[in-house]
Amino acid sequence: MDSAALLLPQLFNGLSVASLYLLAAVGLALSFGLMRVINMAHGEMLMLGGYLAWLTLMVVPGGFGIIAALPVAFLGTAAIGALVHMGLIRRLADRPLDTLLATWGLSLILQQAARDLFGPIGVEVRAPDWLSGSFTLAGVVIPSARLLIIVMTILVLGGIAALLDRTRVGLDIRAVNQDRMMASATGINVRAVELIVFCVGSGVAGVAGVLLALLGPVTPNAGQVYIVPAFLVVVMGGLGSLTGTSVAALILGLFTALAQIFVDVSIAQMLMLVLVILFLQVRPQGVVAVRSRALDV
Amino acid sequence: MSEAVLSEALPQATAPRDAMAVAQKIVPWALLGLAIVAPWLLSTYDLNLLARFMAMAILALGLVLIWGHGGILSLGHGVFFGLGGYALAMHMKLVDLPQGEIPDFMLWSGREALPWWWEPFASPWFAVAALLIVPALLAGLFCWAVFHRRVGGTYFALISQALALAFATLLISRQDVTGGFNGLTQFSSLFGFGLTRPSVVFGLYWITLALLCLAFLGLKLLLGSRFGVLLRATRDGENRMRFLGYSPTPIKVAAFTLSALLAALAGALFTLHAGVISPAMVGVVPSIEMVIWVAVGGRYSLAGAIVGALLINIARDRVSSAFPELWLYLMGLLFIVVVTLMPRGLAGATTALIEKVRGR
Repeated sequence: MDSAALLLPQLFNGLSVASLYLLAAVGLALSFGLMRVINMAHGEMLMLGGYLAWLTLMVVPGGFGIIAALPVAFLGTAAIGALVHMGLIRRLADRPLDTLLATWGLSLILQQAARDLFGPIGVEVRAPDWLSGSFTLAGVVIPSARLLIIVMTILVLGGIAALLDRTRVGLDIRAVNQDRMMASATGINVRAVELIVFCVGSGVAGVAGVLLALLGPVTPNAGQVYIVPAFLVVVMGGLGSLTGTSVAALILGLFTALAQIFVDVSIAQMLMLVLVILFLQVRPQGVVAVRSRALDV
Repeated sequence: MSEAVLSEALPQATAPRDAMAVAQKIVPWALLGLAIVAPWLLSTYDLNLLARFMAMAILALGLVLIWGHGGILSLGHGVFFGLGGYALAMHMKLVDLPQGEIPDFMLWSGREALPWWWEPFASPWFAVAALLIVPALLAGLFCWAVFHRRVGGTYFALISQALALAFATLLISRQDVTGGFNGLTQFSSLFGFGLTRPSVVFGLYWITLALLCLAFLGLKLLLGSRFGVLLRATRDGENRMRFLGYSPTPIKVAAFTLSALLAALAGALFTLHAGVISPAMVGVVPSIEMVIWVAVGGRYSLAGAIVGALLINIARDRVSSAFPELWLYLMGLLFIVVVTLMPRGLAGATTALIEKVRGR
């Protein structure tokens, strides 16, 4: 087979995988930058987004139900994110490893609850007609759903960048990210900033869940498939940097997609881990490092 | 200096009138005595379960070393457990085969010859050596690659989880050489001993118990030694250690490798008792469940880890067979409650209780 004919579709495929990694990882990366904690139940936010899309489509049938599902999923998962932050994460401040374990417990409970509520085999979100087709561009067949994923990712990323760079809240977030104590001393409500970032991050994961539902059925462990690569994106991206996270997601998404031309999925996954470890040999601080004079970052 | 650190773990038993102190001395020996005579007290089924759980307790001891005293959270210890288990299982699959035949699952997936890396496992000594050396090498290399670039903490936990995922996925996808999702099972003998003979069952149980005691005592000595002090100091202030002229990396790598070795030993013993090793025992979920045994028992306490591993596994056996859904909720709650409300686990609660009784 002509390798170029295989390369272009895989490249496009890689872009859409990278987009999903990025949407799943951006919330993790932002809150990791602020609080140094990882929410292991973040994958379940994707799952919840998927189920919220399914529920929305029951209320709003028709071609544009999926568009209505996006804000519903964002707000729904953001609200749950707020509960998680206030009920669990905040109580475990300064104990990052314990936060991992406690949020893992939450993820087990959420998965089992989804299994009991919606059934173990999952639900199908039918893509509307205008999304289920595909079109040909420069000889490459592009599925519309995957194109929507890429477009949505660019929009969400632009939104977050605007929030960080152009708004007062964004200024506060950047200040806390750089120096938490100093920010607090200048009167910034650090806890409120953390809460906002955590909610936005959860909401974005919910949006990712809606998009994921277009590609396959929503199952109780739908989030698990994307969450481990998303963790690796955070590790590779560097502390709380939007650019670093985006570049890392792009590298890992394209790498897995292209590796799959030559090897099967499981080897590609192994190679991705090796890539991350090798990358850390060269740049342990991640793609983008926040400059700091602190010894213990 | 090391005595000062030790005394925290061993409350002084000075007052002879103190019933608590007497109990503290008697209870461990009584439990050990019970464990030794257990083969005559329990049914074959229950004895087999106990032996499996004791194997898992060996792994839990290793987690106390790295997590409690080293501050290294590994979410990938299932990998080392699995490597130990698979290495022994490969040998036991080969030993029963007539000359020139290959294991049944390979035939089913259309293979005609044994892969070259399976061949040396026909020797039991090679298998025993491999089950210890391969996981130790992998663990050493893996954690050195991460630690020497000063990456640690949460990052290490996430990377080790990715390792567990990659390992389990690899096992499942390479069905023709690993047995795939079903893993390796149906073993009949090891070193010429039939595994179903009652005397062998008893013997293997005692060997497991002896290895558990040995691991416990060895780690107790190690944690009380200079190495234990260095490990705890690295946990509490890695940069301070650097300023004092120590390199933290070799200390952490040594501790991690040793704990991987214990995990591999546990995996091999577990495989012997359970008669099966499969990806379901080595992936992301089992790996993190291993941490909860230690969290419940008390992450700083070796005795706590043994109690935690036994308790959780017994509870799991009883609850999950009756109410499988309930078990996952329970497990989730256990993670949240233990970690947020009692980070020192049962061992911490016991110590607090003893102090309180003493205080009166």
